[in-house]
Amino acid sequence: MTDTNPDLICRDLTKDFDDFRAVDHVSFDVPQGSFFSILGPSGCGKTTLLRMIAGFQSPTSGDLLIKGRSMIGVPPNKRPVSMVFQHLALFPTMNIGDNVGFGLRQRGVARGEIARRVEAVLERVGLPGVSARRIDQLSGGQKQRVAIARCMVLEPDVLLLDEPLGALDLKLREHMKVELKSLQAAFNTTFVYITHDQSEALVMSDNIAVMNKGRFEQIGPPDEVYQKPATAFVAGFVGDANRIEARVTGVNGSRLTLTSERGTQMHVEAGGADLSEGQGAQVFLRPESITLSTSQEDVGAGQNVSPGTVNAVLFNGANSSVIVRDAGGTLMNVAVPQTGTHAHLRAGDTVFTCWDPQQARCYPAGKV
Amino acid sequence: MKITFLTSLLAATALSASLAQADTLRLLTWGGYAPEDVIAKFEAETGHTVEVTTSNNEEMIAKLRATNGGGFDLAQPSQDRITSAQEEFGIYKPLDMSKVNAALFIPSMLSATAKNTTYDGEVYGLPHVWGTSGLVVNTAMAGNVQDYTDLCDASVTGKVSYRLKRPTLIGFAYSMGLDPFAAYSDTAAYQDILDQVEAKLTECKPNVKTYWGGGDEIKNLLRSGEVVAAMAWDTGGWQLNADNPDITFVAPEAGALGWIDTFVLPARGRADDAAYDWINFVMRPDIAAMITNTAGNFTAAVDGDGGVSADLKARYQGSFDQAAIDNIKWYPPVPAGLEALEGATLDRINAAN
Amino acid sequence: MGSDTSRLGFYLLLAPILLWLIVLIILPHIGLFIVSISEKVGPREFETGFGNYATFFGEPLYWRTFARTAIMSILATALTLILGFPIAYYIAKLTRGRTKTTLFLMCMIPFWVSELVRTFGWMILLRETGVISTALQNLGLISGPVELLYNDAAIMVGLVYTSILFMVVPLVTTLDSLDNSLIEAGYDLGGTSTSIMREIVIPHAMPGIVSGGIVVFMLSLGNYLTPILLGGKDSLWFTGMIYTQFITRFNWELGSALGFLLLALSSGIVFLGLKLSRQSLSDTMGRA
Repeated sequence: MTDTNPDLICRDLTKDFDDFRAVDHVSFDVPQGSFFSILGPSGCGKTTLLRMIAGFQSPTSGDLLIKGRSMIGVPPNKRPVSMVFQHLALFPTMNIGDNVGFGLRQRGVARGEIARRVEAVLERVGLPGVSARRIDQLSGGQKQRVAIARCMVLEPDVLLLDEPLGALDLKLREHMKVELKSLQAAFNTTFVYITHDQSEALVMSDNIAVMNKGRFEQIGPPDEVYQKPATAFVAGFVGDANRIEARVTGVNGSRLTLTSERGTQMHVEAGGADLSEGQGAQVFLRPESITLSTSQEDVGAGQNVSPGTVNAVLFNGANSSVIVRDAGGTLMNVAVPQTGTHAHLRAGDTVFTCWDPQQARCYPAGKV
Repeated sequence: MKITFLTSLLAATALSASLAQADTLRLLTWGGYAPEDVIAKFEAETGHTVEVTTSNNEEMIAKLRATNGGGFDLAQPSQDRITSAQEEFGIYKPLDMSKVNAALFIPSMLSATAKNTTYDGEVYGLPHVWGTSGLVVNTAMAGNVQDYTDLCDASVTGKVSYRLKRPTLIGFAYSMGLDPFAAYSDTAAYQDILDQVEAKLTECKPNVKTYWGGGDEIKNLLRSGEVVAAMAWDTGGWQLNADNPDITFVAPEAGALGWIDTFVLPARGRADDAAYDWINFVMRPDIAAMITNTAGNFTAAVDGDGGVSADLKARYQGSFDQAAIDNIKWYPPVPAGLEALEGATLDRINAAN
Repeated sequence: MGSDTSRLGFYLLLAPILLWLIVLIILPHIGLFIVSISEKVGPREFETGFGNYATFFGEPLYWRTFARTAIMSILATALTLILGFPIAYYIAKLTRGRTKTTLFLMCMIPFWVSELVRTFGWMILLRETGVISTALQNLGLISGPVELLYNDAAIMVGLVYTSILFMVVPLVTTLDSLDNSLIEAGYDLGGTSTSIMREIVIPHAMPGIVSGGIVVFMLSLGNYLTPILLGGKDSLWFTGMIYTQFITRFNWELGSALGFLLLALSSGIVFLGLKLSRQSLSDTMGRA
């Protein structure tokens, strides 16, 4: 994080298209050897940003430096970056060895040397001896590794990855997340990874930038982005959260008293949120921050408690949850702990939801 | 090519089977020999209907050969191409002279044609339109062209055109002082003549702009001035003369080549009566004049030139004085097999560089 | 029961194609073959033999004309490819939506008129008193009229013009199916425009190139009007030779033999081309 010479620096990068601004004054540094993710919904401008780094699009304004050298005006084939495409873009007319060796051939490396380096990189990605095979003889995960090997054989300063896991099935995707992270560690190359899947970003990244409408909302390590979302958008986009529209009805130091639109009163410890009485607010509450109890007596002092009815039980193994409808009719998603305490809950049961005012995040309304 | 040819054969057979109406005359003829107004008049007078297909000598024979002489009720090949085609392919049937009004025909032409179209003792042809091939010259630019071989003169290099067909071989042979018609019956002698003509035409090739194929093509080339001298039909020259007085038909010193287009009955024609009606109709002097005015050539009809326009007569007389008329070389019947020799010669000229 | 009706349906579906094959292709060829092996010995007298085929090989004129036709057709195919590829690439990769449709239609416009009219159009342009010659004189670029017609170059122009659509269509189809990200990946990995064209685009377009090439070659080889009308006095073309045998020489026997030889030799050239480009006929016809 404190690297004085980051591999990739973007300064005030902006890209305008005919009728809209895709990337809006984005600045960030990516230190050498780190895994940097850009997380955002589709259409947020992350692909445009990545294509500018790769050189397929030129920024309207701002600067882009790789290893301290400005890349403005440098064509993609002259940049020390490589890209793993969304659908991998392996060349179907070539075998695996020719695919991986493509970049080296362009550099005029000797034939024997190409073969040696191709074999070496294929071995590093765990696919030794597949050079002569055709692309369509590989499984999805193997193709993924070939695509990475094809880039890594060129020893790029920065490897760009454009949602490469999107096409894989869930099981393989989970597996590849771990594998990508360990490949990145093994190669010790800077990865810039774009995705709309927050779990991919959270698992693999050293740093995450959350992007929305062409801007970076927050840059930080995964836990910080998850625990301390800087904006309502980040709070809503990264991880699951219950969002409650409310109005500030009392301010007591950092502790706010809010009343939801449906009349439920709650207290929130709102660190830096600049809110005053009467202002509209959004309260974000993670499902795992809420506990359930069958009687009000169990609840500790100072907690927000409200009675409700179980609307639905969503069994999903470790991620099981229940939907609780409170007195005012608001639906809350509550994570069920794996201790089996609430295994007996059925729709229609009466429960109490309670949560610590410290656990919720509160933002001024109207920004999302 | 070959597929279309055989499908057209099939189609033609199917057509001839389905359109068998006794009073429909299917006429296979040359452009201009059956003008619209003549057809209209004929249909009004006789009640027959006429379907015209225009063609040339080779295609007429090829078409009739493909159907074994079916598909048409009356055809008009040149008189010299009848006996050989009949001998080879049997595509015609003999005429019934009792159905022909012989008084309408100029007697000398009728008898000459009868003699030339007799095969196995039967007469197959009646004369209709006659004309000549010779030179069409732009006199302002190539006044020196007076004979076929003058087309090879250096003064007209690149501005000459002729057809790559048998009349060209015959014309050049005469111009070179040879007598090809006399050698018709002697294959070896004829081959010798062909070899000499081949050498001449090969040598002459750089002078040629292009070998023309159709009448419109050569008229275009002469009209635009791209070609100043050509071997072509007399009518083409006279038509151009109407637009540009410099261009006219010249009877070559070696003699114009005279042809007579005839009436013949295809072997499997089905409307013979309508065919005889047509013959007797178009040979009437008034109708013959109408045809001469459109086709540009005179007919074998008695008094057929009575109604012909004065302009055409003047042009005809301008091209032919009595000596030129006497010098016309009339095509005798081509013996079967001769065309194969000519074909090989023409192929070699075409391929020569 | 069920299999019986489905079998009936199968034969019903098969019937038109079988009929078409047998009546319009196989039967005429059998007939043609029978004609081609009859040697004429006299008027209306024939005997069976391969003399007509021997004529082809014995007479240099015929096989030279065939060689000339084949070489010109191969050249025309190559030129059509060289001209058609950039057009197809532009249509498939650099345009979209309406522009694409418009350009595609523009390629087809010449085919709304008959081949004869198209060829006459070229004659009007190229002849000595034609549009190009006159325009050049008016511009003062040349002092006298030039004859652009009646040579092999004019034939080539006509052949390329006549067949370019048949090259562009399969090329557009195959190039359309080339994922843009493959080209981008090529650049990203350090490729130049040339190396990407050679290693990625052309290998991908190969089935289209080969099928377009076969069609254009066959069209050129079988063309009759263009060489005759534009080529003038030196325009020897094999189909013209077959036409002459059938129509003006009344020699159907030799004409049929030449037709069969054209079929065999052109198939041989196509086979050779497929072997050289390492493509299979089923591949190219299936994909393009």
